Amino acid sequence: MKKITGSQAIVKCLQEEGIKTLFGFPGGAVLDLYDQLYDADIQHVLVRHEQGAVHAADAYARVTGEVGVALLTSGPGATNGVTGIATAYMDSIPIVILTGQVPTPLIGNDAFQEVDIVGITRPCTKHNYLVKTSADLVPTIREAFHIARSGRPGPVLIDLPKDVVAGMISYPEKKPIRMPNYQPTYEPHIGQIAKACKAILASSRPVLYVGGGVILADAHTELIELATRLNIPVTMTLMGLGAFPGSHGLSMGMLGMHGTYAANMAVADCDLLIAVGARFDDRVTGRLDAFARNAEIIHIDIDPTSISKNVKVNIPIVADCKYALTAINNWLNSETIPKPGDASARHQDWLATINQWKTDHPLSYKDEGDIIKPQYVVEKLDELTQGEAIITTEVGQNQMWAAQFYKFNKPRRFVTSGGLGTMGFGLPAAIGAKIAFPDRHVIDIAGDGSIQMNIQELATARQYKCPVKIAILNNGYLGMVRQWQELFYDKRYSSTIMDTAPDFVELARAFGAVGLRAVRKSEVVPVIKEALATDNVVIMDFKVAKEEGVYPMVPAGKATTEMLLV
Amino acid sequence: MKHTISVLLQNRPGVLSRVTGLFSGRGFNIESLCVAETLESDVSCLTLVTTGDNFIIEQITKQLHKLIDVIKVTDISDKEYVEREMVLLRVKADANTRAEVLRVVDIFRGKVVDVSPKSYAVEITGSASKIQAVIDILRPLGIKEIVRTGTIAMARANKG
Ligand SMILES: Cc1ncc(C[n+]2csc(CCOP(=O)(O)OP(=O)(O)O)c2C)c(N)n1
Ligand SMILES: [Mg+2]
Repeated sequence: MKKITGSQAIVKCLQEEGIKTLFGFPGGAVLDLYDQLYDADIQHVLVRHEQGAVHAADAYARVTGEVGVALLTSGPGATNGVTGIATAYMDSIPIVILTGQVPTPLIGNDAFQEVDIVGITRPCTKHNYLVKTSADLVPTIREAFHIARSGRPGPVLIDLPKDVVAGMISYPEKKPIRMPNYQPTYEPHIGQIAKACKAILASSRPVLYVGGGVILADAHTELIELATRLNIPVTMTLMGLGAFPGSHGLSMGMLGMHGTYAANMAVADCDLLIAVGARFDDRVTGRLDAFARNAEIIHIDIDPTSISKNVKVNIPIVADCKYALTAINNWLNSETIPKPGDASARHQDWLATINQWKTDHPLSYKDEGDIIKPQYVVEKLDELTQGEAIITTEVGQNQMWAAQFYKFNKPRRFVTSGGLGTMGFGLPAAIGAKIAFPDRHVIDIAGDGSIQMNIQELATARQYKCPVKIAILNNGYLGMVRQWQELFYDKRYSSTIMDTAPDFVELARAFGAVGLRAVRKSEVVPVIKEALATDNVVIMDFKVAKEEGVYPMVPAGKATTEMLLV
Repeated sequence: MKHTISVLLQNRPGVLSRVTGLFSGRGFNIESLCVAETLESDVSCLTLVTTGDNFIIEQITKQLHKLIDVIKVTDISDKEYVEREMVLLRVKADANTRAEVLRVVDIFRGKVVDVSPKSYAVEITGSASKIQAVIDILRPLGIKEIVRTGTIAMARANKG
């Protein structure tokens, strides 16, 4: 059989896995691979910092549901990628990271640009590999993709020593992956489904608490079916936004630290909490002993370690969210209970209570004349894109306002670093999303602090003609940290004042992008319209109210009913 | 509560650090850990002793199971099981204590494995509590060095 080089085999294998785009940055240890990519039928997006490559691959995965791929060189290339890997890990995003490594005889010798990246990333990957022989290359890559996309998805790293990539091999035929020790549970236990269904039918104050797992499993249709047929109100985590239409009457929006009043009250008061693909994160639960304390809890999750980790669960269901919700819907179909048409009859008192909470304390902010309120900017972005844009975010207040005021009606439209909260995520993520969906508006809702963390990726966006839009909610502060200092540290703004920022309009120009600024409320809509109409990268610099806070807010360690309101 | 957990693993480089990293990263406790090949050279058996309430032990077993290289996890403290540990002790043995050391070693069915003019090295095998008992008795006589293997354990066969 004809022999080919390791690098030829890698590229062939990536193509076999359906990969059309790689995000990466070259270096000595990956020269062979880059040479192979020079005329391969696979797009390589050259970022300006390896963190950006991993975030872009991550966002590509989040919006498409496919595996994203990043390619980094050894040593500093690999370590620069670590924040990106940890970000994907915390949010269970399927990506494969290929890193170059020094030749095997040099491993362990403190060779030039050698790091033990497998050791470094062990706690922040789903799995990782150091490939020792050329013959292992293809089987390892296949296994890595399988692990990344199956079960609870996550990042998988493959470390590729230079000599292993240079070696000659015969390309192995594709065979079904056999991993007897790794068998994620997709199908729910039918007995548990029946129990859950009975609990659902018996409850009078149910709440669906929905996380990113529903989006990862593409289970939104099944979720909508369940919620609407039985009139069950729905709240979503930051990662779950879009799993259920935000503008639907049954949606209570986000819950948790910056969740809506209605969502937090409903969870505190419900008699049945149906958690689907969510993990009871501390930002969601607040003080644990007060969380859903009157409720029986059903928890559907594909990862058994998520179940009963923080909160004791009454009816655990280990399964893929789509399979489990389908099973529940089927079970309900077979019972003589109200069909979808009669749903309006259920839970009338409960929904009335919730609607009262919604009316009493909607998400709101004080209008202050011509001063731009950041929430207003997000509302207008929502309006002017008909809620159809892909929104990426940085981290901080900007992220929370994006979550609160953009109405996500579809899944895979909100791309945010939830678990790790990585500043600098939004811009490279926007690039990854735009490359996946060139025809959609992609907007990074950014803070003036975070945007400076990966601002170099403006060059990447320009090079690949990715006309992403960046909306900086420019408050001159590391706003979210400032808000905590305001509330809990006596307004001692230690190192959170960012008054020495670049002129973002000039900065955009320097990169060959377009810079627009709004300092008055009346300028917001024209700026957004112009940005959306511009076929280039645009930075919108919104000079917003400097000391605006994100509300409601549950102070850390408090019960989620102890909300500070506007 | 003390639990003895038996884990079958793929015998691959880095597997052990995946296990220990899991414990340190999540703040679980390891009291002892023992690992070696099984009959199949590509599979290792790891026995670890840990403490925690049921909540924690459940997390530990689930988290171990989640590691890709882990084949099987059994909390053998749930079952009838035998456990053994071995200890090597160097005990002071001069004219005054020599006889007493030998007597203790004999009672615990140990063996003297090395002799020098001033000390005996002894080997004792048994459950963790037996090992502790020997140590407590020999300590006043003068233990100069101690090496313990950590516990290995095996569930008893089903009766009948
Ligand atoms: C990489 C990183 N460093 C530090 C933090 C801590 N942090 C969270 S929010 C925040 C402020 C972000 O400021 P800005 O981007 O201006 O957003 P704002 O809150 O003002 O909207 C900081 C420093 C973080 N999340 N990520
Ligand atoms: Mg700011």
